[in-house]
This record gives sequence, structure tokens and C-alpha cells, in this order.
Amino acid sequence: MEPSRRACPEKQSFSHMQPVVQALGIGKSFGTTVALRDISFEVLPGEVFGFIGPDGAGKTTLFRIITTLLLPDAGEIQVMGFDVRRDYRGIRKNIGYMPGRFSLYMDLTVEENLRFYATVFGTTVEENYDLIRDIYSQIEPFKHRMAGKLSGGMKQKLALSCALIHKPSLLILDEPTTGVDAVSRAEFWEMLKKLKAHNITIVVSTPYMDEATRCDRVALIQNGRIFSVDTPDHITAGFSRPLLQVKSASKHLLMNALKKYPGTLSVWPFGEYVHLTLRDVLPEEPLPRFLERHGIRDATLMEAKPGIEDRFLELMSGAEPVPEYRKEVNDDQP
Amino acid sequence: MTSREPVITVQNLVKRFGSFVANDNLNFEVYAGEIFGFLGANGAGKTTALRILSGLSAPTSGKVMVAGVDAGRNPERIKRNIGYMCQRFSLYEDLTVTENITLYGGIYGMKRNEIRGKTAALLERLQFGAYGNTLISALPLGLRQKLAFAVAVLHQPKIVFLDEPTGGVDPITRRQFWEMIYETAAGGITVFVTTHYMDEAEYCDRVSIMSEGKIVALDTPAALKKQYGVSSVEEVFVKIARPGQQLIP
Repeated sequence: MEPSRRACPEKQSFSHMQPVVQALGIGKSFGTTVALRDISFEVLPGEVFGFIGPDGAGKTTLFRIITTLLLPDAGEIQVMGFDVRRDYRGIRKNIGYMPGRFSLYMDLTVEENLRFYATVFGTTVEENYDLIRDIYSQIEPFKHRMAGKLSGGMKQKLALSCALIHKPSLLILDEPTTGVDAVSRAEFWEMLKKLKAHNITIVVSTPYMDEATRCDRVALIQNGRIFSVDTPDHITAGFSRPLLQVKSASKHLLMNALKKYPGTLSVWPFGEYVHLTLRDVLPEEPLPRFLERHGIRDATLMEAKPGIEDRFLELMSGAEPVPEYRKEVNDDQP
Repeated sequence: MTSREPVITVQNLVKRFGSFVANDNLNFEVYAGEIFGFLGANGAGKTTALRILSGLSAPTSGKVMVAGVDAGRNPERIKRNIGYMCQRFSLYEDLTVTENITLYGGIYGMKRNEIRGKTAALLERLQFGAYGNTLISALPLGLRQKLAFAVAVLHQPKIVFLDEPTGGVDPITRRQFWEMIYETAAGGITVFVTTHYMDEAEYCDRVSIMSEGKIVALDTPAALKKQYGVSSVEEVFVKIARPGQQLIP
């Protein structure tokens, strides 16, 4: 191995100057399926770093690599200064990992699960109780209940307590809010915010775009590739075109008409509105008249403030996935 | 296009499991051609109600009419008039796209040549031409979800029930999916949809929010936001969906 890669094998603790996770050119394939390609990113101490992407984007594979459960085919990755290939023991001791499913033993009670995890890491519940107090106290009244009999929100709180009981400096959460209702999701993010105060770095994945704004920085991941890594505000600011919101009682007709308008660059349904961007050079016929000619008389047009999802859609539709969509949109364009 | 003609009428619906009241006196109507969002926290009783509306479970008491059929008396006939799609399971992974369409067409009682014609039209409309002989297991999730929806309305039901149809799909596919919903509703099929994405609730014509077995709100997204003085359905939901629990400060 090259000398530069062996830079500091004896390192036991990482300094605050250094990224907690440093990945360079990570690649991973399963047979002919490419799960991750050329993934590079850095997670800084104390931040909440989010991977936002749909099912199948590669989030879980990447998290398994970070947690040393899978080896990458290509690239370098260091976690708290430890190399995932050589120093996996050092990593495992210092991270808390909450996988997407089944981190709990359903046939053990709430308390037994927690004690089990503490014992595995050579500590006790009492020793680190302070760290989990806020979270665990909510489920402590049910400590003699089997984990399998808990509600989704309670399971989530127990799993988080178990992942934290050995006081890790890095917490890795794989889709902790999937399938959880909006109230529980909001609660969960509040809990994470509080953990930041304990200097725990958090890497979290989610398919929910709206959770991006809860993170300090986010990486948009799709088809095994990272599109963008930045703060949510900076990502949103990357949306540079004027954005219009259009409303009509007949959304279906409205969408169809907007797609036919020669000046349309992109058109997406957004809740009760349709978000529209226009080309730099517009046709002679103004949009309101065009819409009226297509039978839409109640349309209202207003300037809209772009959100992070507008930028994601812009980034994603300009990239390789979903070719069939672009074909559809371009059908009626000159 | 929505009319004021109810296609679902629920009056005093109660469903008990032992001493547990899962649906506590529900009353609501869903109109023909409407996109109706059915929201609620985990455990609020949505799934129970959805199972009754789709003829899979009988109400303990109350009157439930779905597409002109009494759900308490004739649940089997309801199944012929509805389509159903859920996130977890809808298509057989070890069958091809065409085989799945044929299978569901048969289950819904369609004639063989009718199925054949509809299959071609469906593949064309979804721009699935190249995928006819592809196994479902080899299709990307987003395409699967779109196909599952198209299959659920293959037999032109009066109502289609979508149970968290867009979980885990990317934002582009999610929007294409909603465009399909608009198109379906514009064609006169009522769309009854559950979701955990509160931003998606804003796509619906009207939404109901369930909490602890009861419907605690039902109106257009705009009216609900106005009533609670907030700017999103998510905020309405957080305010009223779980009265027993407070957000951690």
C-alpha cells in the first residue's frame, strides 16, 4: 500500500479539525447492479448530515459501508480517522447505528433490549442514562412490555435509545422516519436536535424531501450517485430561474395545457398549485391567452418562492434518470 | 371534475375489536370524481376504515354505502366496483408486466379481448412498450408503482383506493404519479388516498384527518389551513392529529 494511505494507523481519537467521515470515490456493485458510483463527501464534527433520496438510491449500501458491515469495491473511506478496511474495530466501538429495520429484539422487553445493547458495548444503562434520559423517559413507563408490542413511534424511541447507550460520537440513522406519521417525525427531529448539544455527529437518511431542511447539510443521492452536497439554503439558492405558481380548478387540463405551451421549460404539480418555469425566449402568445384558448379560464398566475424540492427536481430532471419524462414533456415542443 | 353526488356515504360507522373502538362513529361523504385524502397518525384507525370501505371487513354498526352497495350486507359486490393499490404489495414480482395485467384483468372479471386491448393501450400510455415481457422484480420501484396504479383502474372502477401509494419514490416519479391521479379523477373515477406525506395532502380536493378513531377535521386543504391559521396541512396535522401527546419542547 502507498505510504500516504498509511498516514496514521495508530490514531485513537480524532481532532476537531478533521472530518468525522471522509469518503473519496466510493464504488460498490452487486453482480451487474451498480449500487454506488464515485461517492465522495465529508461529514464535519457536530453536524446533522442528511442523505436524501428515494428507495434504491444506494443509501443503505452506503450506510453499511460506513458502519463496516460491507466493504467498498473502490475508493477510500475513513470514519473518525479509522480506515473501514483496516481499523473496523475502532469504528464499531465509536458509532451508534440504527438500521432501517429490526434493530430491536421483539421478544425482549423494552428494558431488556436497552440492557442488552449496553452490555454488548461493555457499559451500563446507568452510566450513560443522562444522554438518553429525554428519549427513554417517554417509554420507561412501558419498560416491562415486549418490544414487539410497542407502537411505531415507541419502537423508534427505543431503537434510538439502544443506539445511543454506549455514548457514541457518531450516530448513523438509516431512514428512521420512514412509515412514521408526521407528528412522530416532527418529534424525532426534535430529539436529534437535542443530541447535537451532546456533540454527537449525526448521519441520517430519508426519502422525505421536506426533511432536508432539518439537516445542517444534505447530499442528494439518486441511482447510486450524489448530485449535490450543501446546506439546504445553498441548495435552494441554486434555483436561479423565476418560478411561477399556477392554479386552476381543473389541474389535469392545466398540466396538459402548460406542457403544450411552447415557452414552458418545466411544469410540476405542487400541492394545490402547479410550479412552472419558462424559457428565456417566450412565444408571442402570452400564457394567459394560451391557457384560455385551451379552455382554462380560471387560471391564476403568481410568482412563487422556490423551495428545496424545486431545486431537487431541477437537478434530477437535468440528469440521467427518468428519460421517459423528458420525452413526454418535449413531445409538443418545436 | 367533482360533483356533489356521493359515491361513498358513511353514517355512524363504528368498528370495535373487543373493548377497543377502532372507528368511533364516523360520518362522511366522498363525491364522484373527487380526490379524497384520508390522513391520520399511526394507529388512528385509518386502515380499519379502509378495510371496511373496500369490503374486507364488516362494520360493527352504522351504514356504509360504497358505489351504491351496502358494505355491511354485500361486501363482495363492493370489490367489483373498486380498485385497490397499496405500497407494499400490488403486483406479482415473478410475473411479467403483461402477465400481471392479464391476471388482474381476469380477477376483475374482464373479457379476454378486452384485456388484450386495454393492455396495449396501457403500455402505450405509460410508455412501457419495451417492458411488456420484463419481470416486475426487474422494474425500478417508480415504474412498478405507476404500473400498479394503472392496473388498479384497468377495469374502470367507480372508486380506487390507494394506500400510501408513493412511499419511498423519488420526487419526479411522485409527481408523475399525481398526474396519473389527476387524469384518473378527471375521467370520473373517485380517488381515495392515504399518505404520510403531508405535502401530498395538498394535492387532494378534500382531506379528512383521523385521530383516536374519530374524524377530527374534514375540508379542502385551503379551508383547513385558513381555519387553523397556518400555511400547510402538515401544521394542521401536527396541531390536531394527536391530542394526547405534546411535542417535546
